[in-house]
Amino acid sequence: MSQLHADKVSVAFAGLRALSEVDLTVSPGQIVGLIGPNGAGKTTLVNVLTGFQAPTEGAVRLDGQPLSNLKPHELRRRGIARTFQGGRLFRDLPVIDNLEVTGVGLGQSRAAAIAEATAMLEWVGIAPLGDRIAGTLPYTDERRVAIGRALMGKPSFVLLDEPAAGMSAQEAAELADLIRRIAGEMGCGVLLIEHNVGLVLDLCHHIVVLDSGAVIETGGPAAIRASERVRHAYMGTAADSHLPVLEVSA
Amino acid sequence: MGSLLQVIFDAAALGSLYALAALGIALIFGVMRLVNFAHGDVIAFSVFALLWPSVDAVAVVFAGNLPWFLLIPFVLAIGAGLSVLSEIVVFRRFRRANPATMMIASFALGFVIRYFLLMLFSSRPKSISLLPALSQPVEIMGARIPLLQLITITVTIAVLLGLIAFLRRTRFGLEMRAAAENFTMARMLGVRANRVIMGAFALSGALAAAIALILGSQTGTANIMMGANVMLMAFIATVIGGMGSLAGAVLAGFLLGAVATVMQVILPPDARAFRDAFVYGAVILVLIFRPQGLLSARGTKERV
Repeated sequence: MSQLHADKVSVAFAGLRALSEVDLTVSPGQIVGLIGPNGAGKTTLVNVLTGFQAPTEGAVRLDGQPLSNLKPHELRRRGIARTFQGGRLFRDLPVIDNLEVTGVGLGQSRAAAIAEATAMLEWVGIAPLGDRIAGTLPYTDERRVAIGRALMGKPSFVLLDEPAAGMSAQEAAELADLIRRIAGEMGCGVLLIEHNVGLVLDLCHHIVVLDSGAVIETGGPAAIRASERVRHAYMGTAADSHLPVLEVSA
Repeated sequence: MGSLLQVIFDAAALGSLYALAALGIALIFGVMRLVNFAHGDVIAFSVFALLWPSVDAVAVVFAGNLPWFLLIPFVLAIGAGLSVLSEIVVFRRFRRANPATMMIASFALGFVIRYFLLMLFSSRPKSISLLPALSQPVEIMGARIPLLQLITITVTIAVLLGLIAFLRRTRFGLEMRAAAENFTMARMLGVRANRVIMGAFALSGALAAAIALILGSQTGTANIMMGANVMLMAFIATVIGGMGSLAGAVLAGFLLGAVATVMQVILPPDARAFRDAFVYGAVILVLIFRPQGLLSARGTKERV
């Protein structure tokens, strides 16, 4: 059984602890949510899991094997893909080329990359946008392109960094459908980092809550909803606009 | 009518030269944010590769005697080879340096190449006879157009079309476009960075060699400074074209050629010696109104 596992991962920046002994496991077909207040270390953890940041202590394991000192593109080739906050597409390139270059980067031939890119655009529901220049797309379509790009080469795991940021309820619901299909139809393990706690509670099988770099709670949606510690963490940042979301869904 | 046509061909031929050179600079700037000031010296080197080292005024021809179908690939290979070598020996070490440091390194490399030529060939311009058949004029609608001008324009158009096809249709071209826009992201996605950069240097060097062939045939001399003026104009073309934008560089190259040619015609005879001052004046005007260049490349503003 293949698993992506953060094994007691700690990261320190110039003595400042960004993550301390974080444990997290994602299995194929599973949607794991990662939530927490701003600055909790969510993106740092994603960076560690995808090779963008080396852990100070601990290790990232794939099927139990430690993945140390591997570069992001090497992890990508082993089936760990991600999206970035804000998309980070090649904005001057057509949508199809954004996907195609990823396929080529993974070692596919040009023809194979074109074929997969075309099928992928269809699969994420933006087939008509293939020839558009990526930088001219509306926000929500841009996110779909980024997700499509991450899914090229059929990765075993995909890490989505705030894919719903700035989306309306309707748009977020459409995104949720897509994420369910990634786990269900592709059998891909999804790690979802989101500020929209309602979306995470709705979508995820398992949720990990980070605060100040440490895991303060894990469990299914019901357990997280009921957790005093989670409530407290969010209360701690009273100005945080996400508090009402939690209360409404609770 | 004849003289108007003459001006148009002059402008297009000069513009072609600038466009080819600007393209060589923009290609490298696109993938690694390096303004390669050694480009002009690669042009000079490619011409001198046709001669045996000697300090005499009369050139001792070496590869220059080859038939054209061997001579042209030979010179292109020399330009591409020197350019790739400069990447491997010099620029690769500066991959993480800031753009100003890389630019100064390119100046230094340019001087090394130039003084190497000076050592072997002296600073005296040498007369050479490179592809002499091309200096014959062709009569078109009353205008006498040098065959070389026609070939320069045709070659430039062919190179541009070829480059567009290459960038659009090939796997390497796709990787190069992605790397030019966001090098870090392309690398993270597995695009082979060193190969893409070497490819850009090879293309750029081959373009420099093409200019060397044109300049050498046009002027009939080999001069260690021959690339300097083209390089300066090409650099200006890449700036007003919008750094890193290939289309912008080509457009601005043609524009500069046209402005220079038109100035040559309309300026009063006494002022013609100062033509370049007027051209640069026009450049300043363009930059006052469009400091980001005519077609600005997004990559210069945000890099991840």
